[in-house]
Amino acid sequence: MANTYTLIASNTVGSGGAASVTFSSIASTYTDLLLKASCRSDQSNVARSWRVQANSTDITARNLDAEGNPFVVFSGTSANMNTNGTGSTSNTFNNYDIYIPNYASTTAYKSLSVDGAVENNGTDANLKLVAGLYSANTAISSITCVINAGLFVQYSSFYLYGIKNS
Amino acid sequence: MAAGSTYTPLATQTLSSSAASVTFSSISGAYTDLVLICSTKDTRVNSGADDFQLQFNNDTASNYSMTYMQGDGSTATSSRNSNATVIAGIEPGFNDTYGTIIYNIQNYSNTTTYKTTLIRYNVVNAIVRATVGLWRNTAAITSVKVIGESGIASGSTFTLYGIAAA
Repeated sequence: MANTYTLIASNTVGSGGAASVTFSSIASTYTDLLLKASCRSDQSNVARSWRVQANSTDITARNLDAEGNPFVVFSGTSANMNTNGTGSTSNTFNNYDIYIPNYASTTAYKSLSVDGAVENNGTDANLKLVAGLYSANTAISSITCVINAGLFVQYSSFYLYGIKNS
Repeated sequence: MAAGSTYTPLATQTLSSSAASVTFSSISGAYTDLVLICSTKDTRVNSGADDFQLQFNNDTASNYSMTYMQGDGSTATSSRNSNATVIAGIEPGFNDTYGTIIYNIQNYSNTTTYKTTLIRYNVVNAIVRATVGLWRNTAAITSVKVIGESGIASGSTFTLYGIAAA
């Protein structure tokens, strides 16, 4: 059976923390990319606290954000993701899936589908859906997760998978 | 889901010219779930209309229903319909850019339960939507049809994957 769901690279943040995590020199040999991020900030303000860049360029977005306490659902144009932080329960990390079809195309812009969750056994928990766009025909050869303030803490992990359609 | 052998490409279609619909038929019952990845747009320039639809097993009777929530960058909304002839959806391509739809069709081959699908629409720079759809039929799903009421544009790609639990 074909091995169509392949781990390309992973990065687990070390004890010093990291302001960003980059996957570079991504081969164009897959059909789609899937980035799985489990991360946490060393800051207390964790809403819209990190973002994704393709080829060092911020993606644009429409988002849908749901917070359970107080109950609110809203939509905006920010491409920033949420995470757990110093105000969260210890050892809680967010969970984000970022799917990029046809990332290697050189003739079309790239649409991203992002599903994220921050759970905390309390406030500062939320669900986020993002429709992202990288507005360039260039193949995506690097992806960077950038924290807007502070650092990703130790044990934050990022896994990049390549998915082939044959 | 990281093991390649459990994530198998069943078929892929790339439209070389516009089409009214795309169908995957004779789907084997050998998997647990199906995932359909679509990078697509309709044949109009500015749309984002509710005209991308889903049907199973060529069933055109009023056996479908769906509920969705979405954000357009300023407003979060939710809606639903019942006793429909399709699982209604939104075309994701906009201003000549291909958008992304991801269909997750759970337990598609069982013959004892109605079938539920989770759908993520990513309309580029316009709308993010999550939908749950229901097909009230206990038959195993052997065909999946995506319908573009205004036509599906050339260059759109559709890949169907089978997910095996073991």
